[in-house]
Amino acid sequence: MSKKKLVMVGNGMAGVRTLEELLKIAPDYYDIAVFGAEPHPNYNRILLSPVLAGEMTIQDIILNDHQWYAEHGITLHLGKKVSRIDRVKRRVIAEDGTEEAYDRLLLATGSTPFMLPIPGNELPGVISYRDIADTDAMIDAARRYGHAVVIGGGLLGLEAANGLKLRGMDVTVVHLADWLLERQLDETAGRMLQKSLEERGLKFLLGKQTEMLVAGESGRVAAVRLKDGVQLPADLVVMAIGIRPNVALAEAAGIHCNRGIVVNDTMQTYDPKVYSVGECVAHRGIAYGLVAPLFEQAKVAANHLGNYGIGRYTGSVTSTKLKVTGIDLFSAGDFFGGKDTEEIILNDAAGGVYKKLVIQDNKLVGGVLYGDTADGPWYYQLLRDGQDIHEIRDHLLFGQAHVGDVGHQGHSKAAAMADSAEVCGCNGVSKGTIVKAIKENGLFTLDDIKKHTKAASSCGSCAGLCEQLLSATIGGAYTPAASNRKAVCGCTDFSHQEVRDAIRQQRLLSIGETMRFLEWTTPDGCEKCRPALNYYLISTWPKEARDDPRSRLINERAHANIQKDGTYSVVPRMWGGLTTSAELRRIADVAEKYQVPTIKVTGGQRIDLLGIKKEDLIGVWKDLDMPSGHAYGKSIRTVKTCVGAEHCRFGTQLAMDMGVKLEKMLFDMYAPHKVKLAVSGCPRNCAEAGIKDVGVIGVDSGYELYVGGNGGIKTEVAQFFVKVSNDAEVMEYAGAFLQLYREEGFYLERTCHYLERVGLEHAKNRVVDDAENRKALHARLLAELKDAKDPWAERIAGVEKNEYELLSV
Amino acid sequence: MAEWKSICTIDQIPRLGSRVVRATSGDIAVFRTSTDEVFALRDRCPHKGGPLSQGIVHGQQVTCPLHGWKLQLDSGEAVAPDQGCSRRYPIRVESGTVFLEI
Repeated sequence: MSKKKLVMVGNGMAGVRTLEELLKIAPDYYDIAVFGAEPHPNYNRILLSPVLAGEMTIQDIILNDHQWYAEHGITLHLGKKVSRIDRVKRRVIAEDGTEEAYDRLLLATGSTPFMLPIPGNELPGVISYRDIADTDAMIDAARRYGHAVVIGGGLLGLEAANGLKLRGMDVTVVHLADWLLERQLDETAGRMLQKSLEERGLKFLLGKQTEMLVAGESGRVAAVRLKDGVQLPADLVVMAIGIRPNVALAEAAGIHCNRGIVVNDTMQTYDPKVYSVGECVAHRGIAYGLVAPLFEQAKVAANHLGNYGIGRYTGSVTSTKLKVTGIDLFSAGDFFGGKDTEEIILNDAAGGVYKKLVIQDNKLVGGVLYGDTADGPWYYQLLRDGQDIHEIRDHLLFGQAHVGDVGHQGHSKAAAMADSAEVCGCNGVSKGTIVKAIKENGLFTLDDIKKHTKAASSCGSCAGLCEQLLSATIGGAYTPAASNRKAVCGCTDFSHQEVRDAIRQQRLLSIGETMRFLEWTTPDGCEKCRPALNYYLISTWPKEARDDPRSRLINERAHANIQKDGTYSVVPRMWGGLTTSAELRRIADVAEKYQVPTIKVTGGQRIDLLGIKKEDLIGVWKDLDMPSGHAYGKSIRTVKTCVGAEHCRFGTQLAMDMGVKLEKMLFDMYAPHKVKLAVSGCPRNCAEAGIKDVGVIGVDSGYELYVGGNGGIKTEVAQFFVKVSNDAEVMEYAGAFLQLYREEGFYLERTCHYLERVGLEHAKNRVVDDAENRKALHARLLAELKDAKDPWAERIAGVEKNEYELLSV
Repeated sequence: MAEWKSICTIDQIPRLGSRVVRATSGDIAVFRTSTDEVFALRDRCPHKGGPLSQGIVHGQQVTCPLHGWKLQLDSGEAVAPDQGCSRRYPIRVESGTVFLEI
């Protein structure tokens, strides 16, 4: 079958992003031709301000060079403006007569700056701020002239003014509204911004209207006259008062337009063969001017152009950041508020910090930050997720660092860090390296950063910091996906929740079936999605879905922990941290027989034998004659105990006994991530139950249960869950909570992250308040673990023999 | 002189899995894809020496178990943006038997 023909009009960021998305999912579906009015290949328009400010060059901001178009077989018509669309014969015609026929047409004509309809607006020296040509004109003017007037105190106007000032011009900003960025900031923040820009030497005339532009002797603009009679000297006038979607071409072709080219949720115009994305589009009555929504549109358009037909674009919440180095402001959502909203405000005028959060029905609906924007991405995420914030309301204004996170996620302020400061401690990646990669490679997402720099790709604790760097570098172009909408990996667009739902609703029983049903884009998935799918299948259909060893990471496949030199570590189970002299003797014998180089007591009260060769594993297990400690799995790890009332003079409950019972109940439990428990016999809590997934603390009248604690990457104190009176209840409540987590948690989500997502209230409703549901959950857990087998014993008996045997030649 | 040696039958390598051949010059990882193609690479990731044989195989790639580098099975080259290469060994299957040239 011959390829269909796709023609794109407009060679900007939204359009080319659509092509990139399309090439990813359907590389051979179309022959593609692109018309671009500018003589440049696709560049990163949002980085024009750093170019103007002298921080970057044009070359730095090219996103797709000529070679990219060539590599993908795209015909590129640069510097050719399309003048007509012939929808009957399905072809487009450029001003110079070039023609291209299409099966599908993609209109990505963008927008043009709005020029004030006043006398003198066509004089030489009067420009807008939109493209490389405008930027060049400003750089050139700054070299030759002294006075600049910028009309419009919005984002673009201020970035232009700042750039011109840095290039040595005397700059006055004339703005119609009473404060700067009136659509992005409230008055307080607007005034603070004005003050700091004035300190940099910019001048402002607010609440002023321009009457006309006056020509000088040379014919070039020489002055700006305001309605109140004031006249300002001006050798350069930059109009930055807004943009207008470019609809003329579409309108002339009879395609329905109002504010922009009207599209439905699949980015299709009223002509089913014509799609449209970007600033030229009106979607549900809104024309977006920031790049993040445009990328979301691009993804949807590509999906439909590629004949997949499953994506929908339903509109975007946008956030704003000004790209003026050294000025930190952030706003998102409805930050003015109204009569149904509440506000939390911090205003430190002298310190230059202002924060306002707008809350409605216990949800964050908007916010403005000035001076300290480190938590901007976090607030934005809360806003997009629509997360209930009443549990963290007391601390909300102080940022993520104050809601229990002592990792370096929210602590460091990315903007204030030195370029040499280390961001990713796992892979040794500095701030400078990340910022450079964002700029040079045109990165827009956290995944891009992971791929290009390795930062945040190991333990992930610096993900928040990387997001801050993205937000600081590319501003409003950065939009995090809502947490429950994040795709599992690059092999699919579906989120963890959607995959789980599909497996349950469609009764999918194998990885292959799931990938086929959800139209995975890779033949066998990858190391990220296969283990996740394997977990979802087994946890959804415990007796029916078969475990796939090839979709287990090595530790779970080998039932031992791989070490940096390729050897393994072996941790035998010691129930509740208890052992015997016979076991210790066997451990000592094994250590000698296999010349174990290191023997270590672990944090979970076990003994670790390190440096075992893979081919010796089965022999080691056999000689140990102890069950697997599962120290390698996304599974129950350990139940740590104190000596409890068995020995301790303060003990109120038999902590060791309780711990052993819990550990036996949970033996071989597979979970989204590792699970650790602890039981202490009194509130002195020697077993450190406060940082466990489930912590049990004995008190005189029974036990207190705590959940969602974590001592690792994200140190998190467990939250009080319920008070119970006896051992049987501990087993039932703890078991039911863990089963809920197993059924609802996303793969690699610890209980603390799970609870952060669904809320502690949800878990309490399902487990504590609903006795019937609790018993059902507990029963499902027990049913699943009834036939639990010791994986070491199975392998001693010959299961997966090939895994451990070497081939020789 | 390198010569072709029989190492196992194809059934002894799991689909989307691997085996390790212990050779005098060091370990060699032998992979089998979902479409039953076989590949052989030196069992050392160019990054930090991780045993590639222990990684997850997908498409014509393997992901190193230590730090997640992806290597192309047919060329041994790391997938961009990582850079590096693991040595390739000629390998073929003849009526169910796998031969490796070492």
